[in-house]
Amino acid sequence: MSGMSTLAPQGRRTSRLGWNLLGLLVFVTAGFPVYWMLNTAFKPAKDAIDPDPSLLPTGLTLSNFSRALDIADFWGPVSRSLIVSLSVVAIGIVVGMLAALAISRFAFRGRKIVIVGILAVQMVPLVAMIIPVFLLLNDLKQYDKLTGLIITYLTFILPFTVWTLRGFIVNIPRELEEAAMVDGCSRTAAFIRVVFPLLAPGMVATSVYGFIQAWNEYLYALMLLSQEHQTATVWLGNFTTKHGTEYAPMMAGATMMAVPIVALFLLVQRKMAAGLTAGAVKG
Amino acid sequence: MSAADTTTPAKVPPPRQAPPPGVPERPRGKRTSGGSATPWLLLAPCLVVLALVMGYPLVRLVTLSFQKFGQSQLWGFQPPESVGFDNFSKVLGDGEFWQVVLRTVIFAAGSVIFTMVLGMLVALLLQRVSGWVKTLVNIALVASWGMPVIVATTVFKWLFDADYGILNALISKLPGVDLIGHNWFASGPEGLAVIMLLVVWGAVPFVVITLSAGLTQVPQELEEAARLDGAGAWGVFRYVTLPILKPIIVMLTTLSVIWDMGVFPQVFVMRGGHPEAEFQLLTTYSYDRAFVVNDYAQGSAIALITVVLLLGVVAVYMRQMLKIGEVE
Repeated sequence: MSGMSTLAPQGRRTSRLGWNLLGLLVFVTAGFPVYWMLNTAFKPAKDAIDPDPSLLPTGLTLSNFSRALDIADFWGPVSRSLIVSLSVVAIGIVVGMLAALAISRFAFRGRKIVIVGILAVQMVPLVAMIIPVFLLLNDLKQYDKLTGLIITYLTFILPFTVWTLRGFIVNIPRELEEAAMVDGCSRTAAFIRVVFPLLAPGMVATSVYGFIQAWNEYLYALMLLSQEHQTATVWLGNFTTKHGTEYAPMMAGATMMAVPIVALFLLVQRKMAAGLTAGAVKG
Repeated sequence: MSAADTTTPAKVPPPRQAPPPGVPERPRGKRTSGGSATPWLLLAPCLVVLALVMGYPLVRLVTLSFQKFGQSQLWGFQPPESVGFDNFSKVLGDGEFWQVVLRTVIFAAGSVIFTMVLGMLVALLLQRVSGWVKTLVNIALVASWGMPVIVATTVFKWLFDADYGILNALISKLPGVDLIGHNWFASGPEGLAVIMLLVVWGAVPFVVITLSAGLTQVPQELEEAARLDGAGAWGVFRYVTLPILKPIIVMLTTLSVIWDMGVFPQVFVMRGGHPEAEFQLLTTYSYDRAFVVNDYAQGSAIALITVVLLLGVVAVYMRQMLKIGEVE
């Protein structure tokens, strides 16, 4: 374009332009479902059933949101989801932390079997377990109880929590603890004063991730709770009215479900991705 | 060492023993000073929970599939009786079951291949675009990755709606194409293709972001050396990048296989809670047998067969993870 540039960079520039266009295409394709959800949620309901829909926003209204809240009880399912997810995370992080410490800071016979066991449990397809878990909770009189769902979700997030926390712990040099112990700390005090503060960001990230997992779960919430005690995901999954599916309010409901979760996810994603792949390419 | 070691702290070896050989590859001064009971005490709550809600049901899944267990057993009117391999012979002798298996395998294979290939292409593309494009793509990827599955499913249901879906409207703008009112879910293969698209859309971001992280660790000098030796873009990718990324690729592929064989809510919610016969995958088929037909034993048999089908893949994944775990 400009006469100053030599031929070679210009060739590189045009190929860069091509890659950028391709990249934008990826951006549009990957982002479109999210965009269309927001677009539908905020547009007047009558525009949502326009046979020739406009790709651009056609107006801004919140009426779909109030309609979504009217159709069925929204805050009940949401508060149940919150109770379940927060309890799962609170218990899971403590229990998981203890286990992660055991397998990362202690050498003991059977350590490898425990690690393999925890990894293997994570690989059991959860859908396959629904029948026996349902029967177990039925026998324990925990059907339709939030406690039953909490303890079930706990097993789903524990293996992952232990494995990730272990990854964060092994990245903290053992020497730090040892230095504290040389200075007269007990092993527990060394952990609380030295390791714990360094571990805090990793723990937050792991908790948020566990929270998201518990919040998003569908099948067990559907099967282990009755219709009147449903959680938020089941609420959205059942989103139909007497008049069939009203898509605009449904997208408003989807938006309410998705936005907080995506925001949380954005907060922790970088840290989790780093934790998951740390050491994977050391060769 | 027996498997019982994992659950019975009583079997812990006495503390006076030397550090066990072989556990850490290089004994870098791992301390056992806390006594060998401490790690087991720390592990106990975790193992108890896992044993109760994972171990026991897993055993129950196996025993159930050898029993007769229907409504009357559920309510306790009749004790479950053992029927040997009856459930399995019934399931395996059913032509529909084999159709479901074939459908599931095709669905999962398609999803995994598309996810991995697209993920790799996008990850490579991200190395070549300008910074601002990279940021945009990353935002879109993380947003779609973070979307709850149920939300994504309802959004796709809306995108592909027969009457007012944006997709039909957009495609119909092409000259000579009229898809207004086209029902994507009228036939199984077409509907499952849409569901596959949904699965791939949700799965690609994780693959891209993990592979991108891996790509940053591929030494530039190696690629340059290969280029100097006359390798083209494909040659560099095939003989330098791919071998270095292999551990990540193996991990991602095995995980994807396990996840895509376990697809449930996407099909279930997309079909309004009652997937038609043409839409049944192993997971929904097992669910259907158990909770719709109320034959919990046959449902368990189907679930067990699914788990067994996946064992090989899990073994590969475990080996890979252990290799990674031993690096530290």
